[in-house]
Amino acid sequence: MRIVVLVKPVPDTTGQEHLGPDLRVDRMADPAVLNANDEYALEAALKLREAAGEGTVTLLTMAPAHAPEALRRALAMGADGGVLVTDPALEGADTLTTVRVLAAALARLEYDLVLAGSDTSDGGAGIVGAGVAALAGLPYLSAAARIEPTAGRVRVHRISPTGYDLLEAPLPAFIVATQALGEPRYPSLRGIMAARAKQLDVWSLVDVGLDPASVGGAQSTTRVTATRQPPAREATRVIHEPAAVAAVQVADFLAARRLI
Amino acid sequence: MTASNQPAAYPSAAYRLTDEQRALRDAVRSLARDRVAPRAAEIDRSGTFPTDLRELLATQDILALPFPAVYGGLDADLLTICLAIEELSAACATTGLILAVHELASLPILQSGSEAQQARWLPDLAAGRRLIAFALTEAGAGSDAGAVAMRARRDGDEYVLDGTKRFISHGSVADLIVVFALTDPAAERYRNLSCFVVEVPTPGFSIGRLEHKMGLRGSPTAELLFDGVRVPADGRLGAEGEGFAIAMRTFERSRPGIAAQAVGIAQGALDVATRYATERIQFGRPIGDQQLVQALLADMEAATASARALLYTACTAIETGEGDPARWAALCKLVAGDAAMRVTTDAVQVLGGYGYLEDFPVERMMRDAKVTQLYEGTQQIQRLVIARSMLAAQG
Repeated sequence: MRIVVLVKPVPDTTGQEHLGPDLRVDRMADPAVLNANDEYALEAALKLREAAGEGTVTLLTMAPAHAPEALRRALAMGADGGVLVTDPALEGADTLTTVRVLAAALARLEYDLVLAGSDTSDGGAGIVGAGVAALAGLPYLSAAARIEPTAGRVRVHRISPTGYDLLEAPLPAFIVATQALGEPRYPSLRGIMAARAKQLDVWSLVDVGLDPASVGGAQSTTRVTATRQPPAREATRVIHEPAAVAAVQVADFLAARRLI
Repeated sequence: MTASNQPAAYPSAAYRLTDEQRALRDAVRSLARDRVAPRAAEIDRSGTFPTDLRELLATQDILALPFPAVYGGLDADLLTICLAIEELSAACATTGLILAVHELASLPILQSGSEAQQARWLPDLAAGRRLIAFALTEAGAGSDAGAVAMRARRDGDEYVLDGTKRFISHGSVADLIVVFALTDPAAERYRNLSCFVVEVPTPGFSIGRLEHKMGLRGSPTAELLFDGVRVPADGRLGAEGEGFAIAMRTFERSRPGIAAQAVGIAQGALDVATRYATERIQFGRPIGDQQLVQALLADMEAATASARALLYTACTAIETGEGDPARWAALCKLVAGDAAMRVTTDAVQVLGGYGYLEDFPVERMMRDAKVTQLYEGTQQIQRLVIARSMLAAQG
């Protein structure tokens, strides 16, 4: 089973994020970490590879050139290698550009399955996976709570409001992971040491067959017009009572606000 | 004395963490924060050895750090091992001690074991399948380690061990015990001990009492009773009579581990105190605005940073063979142990009455810190080691 996992280095949200003059996140100003939802997709991919007893897990990302350090964690978790598509022309790229670049890179890889996280903690659009699947012409299986590969096919339990839907598709296919697939592993120290020897290929736009003039940030179809801080959180009330008493107080609190 | 004598008298070593050391440290730090810290208060309260965290350290290859790659280890240098102990100890000193003791007690095998002995025991130790304890101390042989009274009598292809060990960390949870015993009572002091690896359980071996301690309450400290315990002759490490030398060589690499534990405890307490100083409002503003509180925090930071710098320097010097390793080991243990005691005491002071409650971790850290001034040689013994090394260098 050859699996490609789409991942994205995102600004470390534990700190104050920095905005550039175009009001977009300045990706060079903050330390990048692996997008948390991508770790669930990677964990699912690693489990599939382990269950199959063979195969490869390859990371694919589009990011600024300083991304490799954030990808080391993914390699330390057990990914075999990765591809970083990076190009100065991609600065300020919008979602559509991201989709086109990832699909073009994907076309240059051999795979049976592509996995992606449900969204990223920075952009939060949540549509890159669907876009890439559409451009690549892959069956799209979203909101996966469970992934069962069979001979030449894959079955997914897709979370629905009432339980789950059973989806089945031939390989190659595209799956969007959810946190229901299971907690990502911690990289072991052995994995961290091994990660430093793993290969990360760096591709430019030309390498993936795209003209920098046609997909660059300059072609972005969206722009940020304004930003504002979320309102400060109001004072928190913490109830220190035995559970039975606390439950009544919580219920009263919610009822008073017509929330229940 | 001429100026050309100076380099030998003032050895130094520069350290700079490698990318790999930073990556390993960060990994242990995040594991400690997410998985170890939430367990620390309960481990202390219940006084129960955290078998779940022992498993975690094994799974994450943290216990594999001190061992050669050929036996499944990670071949880590002393500084890397100490970084891991430090990060674990910042969250929970009992958990940091799991790695520290594992390293301490493996050192006699690593340093003095034959190839056959290493092949026999190290793979299980590196994988964390077995834990190992170091049994030197006895009721009458504490600081005076040469006064060991436990006997080992040769009987054909075996030795027969009789006696009692005391204050043995992990003594009740270890699968292998490194034991020091008297093989030749007639021989000169310090040349009459031998070192053995005892696989337990084994007939004649039993656990005596478990100590109730002020700190490190989750780490079992056991009395070990040996009543005619038979050890095959190939369970002896090194030559007969070499035991005391093996023990002393061990401390050259294990004392930095205790210094690392101390630095970790100090940093853990400092982190809590600093955060508290920004959150606790008195006189209408955070107590961190008060200069007297700032002075406490600054002194705590200075003590912790100095101890850490000396520890990392000592690890590097011991690894590269610059200067007397025993002196380096004693220096960093002395400075770090005292720093940990002072910093944790001051952390309780910053938190005031709340610091005295078990609701906050600093009182636990203060209790845990004390033992770093006591075990693997009291601070007084460290001073003797340091001064003797200094004076010997003059001669």
